[in-house]
Amino acid sequence: MKITKNTLATLRNTCLGLSFAALTGSAQAVDLEVTHWWTSGGEAAAVAEFAKALNENTEHNWIDGAIAGSGGTARPIMISRILGGDPMAATQFNHGRQTEELIDAGLMLDLTDVAEAEGWKDVVNPTSLLDSCTYDGKIYCVPVNIHSWQWIWLSHQAYKDAGVDVPSNWDEFVAAAPALQKAGKVPLALGGQSWQSSGAFGVLAIAIAGMDAWSAVNVDKSAETAAGPEYKKVFEAAVAARELAKGSNVQDWNQATNLVITGKAGGQIMGDWAQGEFQVAGQVAGEDYTCLPGLGVNEVISTGGDAFYFPKLKDPAMESAQKELAALMMSKEVQVNFNLKKGSLPVRGDVNLEAANDCMKKGLEILAGGNILPDVNQVFSSDTADQINDLMVEFWASDDVSAEDAQNRYAEIIADAD
Amino acid sequence: MDDKTLNSQKNKRPTRLTRHLNAKIASVPMILTAVVVFVGCSVWTIVHSFTKSRMLPKLEFVGFKQYDRLWSTKRWLVSVDNLLIYGICSLIFTLVIGFILAALLDRKIRFENTFRTIFLYPFALSFIVTGLVWQWILNPDFGLQSLVRETGWSSFTFDPLNNPDIVIYGILIAGLWQGTGLIMCILLAGLRGIDEDIWKATRIDGIPIWKTYLFVIIPMMKPVFITALVLIAAGIVKVYDLVVAQTSGGPGLASEVPAKYVYDKMFLAQNLGQGFAASTMMLVMVFIILIPYLYLQYGGKRHD
Repeated sequence: MKITKNTLATLRNTCLGLSFAALTGSAQAVDLEVTHWWTSGGEAAAVAEFAKALNENTEHNWIDGAIAGSGGTARPIMISRILGGDPMAATQFNHGRQTEELIDAGLMLDLTDVAEAEGWKDVVNPTSLLDSCTYDGKIYCVPVNIHSWQWIWLSHQAYKDAGVDVPSNWDEFVAAAPALQKAGKVPLALGGQSWQSSGAFGVLAIAIAGMDAWSAVNVDKSAETAAGPEYKKVFEAAVAARELAKGSNVQDWNQATNLVITGKAGGQIMGDWAQGEFQVAGQVAGEDYTCLPGLGVNEVISTGGDAFYFPKLKDPAMESAQKELAALMMSKEVQVNFNLKKGSLPVRGDVNLEAANDCMKKGLEILAGGNILPDVNQVFSSDTADQINDLMVEFWASDDVSAEDAQNRYAEIIADAD
Repeated sequence: MDDKTLNSQKNKRPTRLTRHLNAKIASVPMILTAVVVFVGCSVWTIVHSFTKSRMLPKLEFVGFKQYDRLWSTKRWLVSVDNLLIYGICSLIFTLVIGFILAALLDRKIRFENTFRTIFLYPFALSFIVTGLVWQWILNPDFGLQSLVRETGWSSFTFDPLNNPDIVIYGILIAGLWQGTGLIMCILLAGLRGIDEDIWKATRIDGIPIWKTYLFVIIPMMKPVFITALVLIAAGIVKVYDLVVAQTSGGPGLASEVPAKYVYDKMFLAQNLGQGFAASTMMLVMVFIILIPYLYLQYGGKRHD
């Protein structure tokens, strides 16, 4: 009994104290809870740049809502919180079509006035990033970085052990593969998760089928092109790549990257986030590893990435704080600090990244040259992307699926895509 | 006397509703939960499985389109196949191994408590932990295979988790390791419920022990076996976390299961309609299991 009474008293006091604080506290300073799925070392350091900027430049507080696991784990949690009436102040998504329905349901804050005041239209490069944030002519998100998929990472160590030169494009890579296999190495490291198979296929498609065929299938959803001769070559190349990937026996992408870092595998097709792993391992681009954008064939990069969305909140003080954060994320200084830590490219064309390494500079050059493509998240709905993932993970893992069979099923998915 | 009892019975009859009133009031929350949560939500799910709901549930009906797509999707077909293989093997092996262990423990051996604890212990672990443990044990580079190879047998190959043809058996091993202990305990309790006199009688008649088990004891334990059966069946249909922890559905699609399809379609693919259609099919599967059980449990009694 005594304990209960004490507990009750404590509770009452706490409640009093809290309401007191709420009454006397300034109406301006608020806590902004921001959810995201950046939990690895480099990613967490990058997020800390946002938090620092908010805490130092405004009177608001950054409450970090990191959700461990990848986007696949985090997105359902974020979406159910927004739908369930417990929205956070800001949340990460991959910009594109993942949030279409949330915006449609009126759950997201319109940022058009901030965008106009800050002149985002003039500074965001490429403009497609801002287009992905635009829905019915209004802007709903802040793009913060550009990540591209079209890279192959090659281990100098592995090729030295096998006694062959480091390849400079996909054809040389395939030609050098037997030497690697002789030396007991896996030519192509590939993790078992479905998004990796489907990403690797996408990269092969751009490199082999070329830009026009790729756009016809991915942007215009032409099932005819997907079933056509250009894509036939892609599927045949993928069958060859499937042979080269045998023996990887790992699940996560960073385990596969680690095979390249340690010289157990020749190369890996992976997005530019793999760079962080090489950096952490203390390797230098050009000396220990080589990166080839577009597999050294078609030097293009896709411009997907991360963006922050701001769910609608009732409190007007919160709303103005959300808009302050939005403006801050796009500011020059924050863009540079954040992207250097993250290893991604900034969304503004007018900032200077002198500290960038070789691979990042290659990416910036391609970006400046305008050789860019939309990202999978921007062209396909989650449903279509998931169907392609299912097909690709089966295709890459099992010899039973022939190139022809896979191509037919791929064309069917494209025909139904929306 | 007779008249009086009849009268009093007549007086009580209208109050049938108020008989056992306390018990009825007490069960109202449970009834509400059952009706609203189980039945209500099931109906809601089934109705929405006929719509084209994506991230948000919408009542735009598309007929059987979601089911058409479901049954023409390779991944779903593989999932159902896997569930069948896993289900049948798991049912047979859990019961057989569980019963053999229980029968051995029942032979009044020494350290019975110790053995029982050891066998039941895996049940205290969650499926996620079980899955991870077995992922490590079955890993060819530092698990069982490398251990055997170190002893000199260098051609030994046991790598189920990376072979699409047998991966489901790798999962089955972990499932059996986790679940057999509980079934053993339930069957052991059933064995303890058998009257000592029956054993004495069979001994006098000179019936061998294995025959006694097979033809006398097991038929007497029918209710216990039905309980065990339902527990195993429920565990089979909902198998999810074990797969996620061990293989996350791989290699390729080789170890996908229906529950994982439902989750992935609902939350990763943001296609509620497709997920609902798949979960409705899972409900149908549960009914297919449940109906023979209900018949066994209650159907037979009517003839008594």
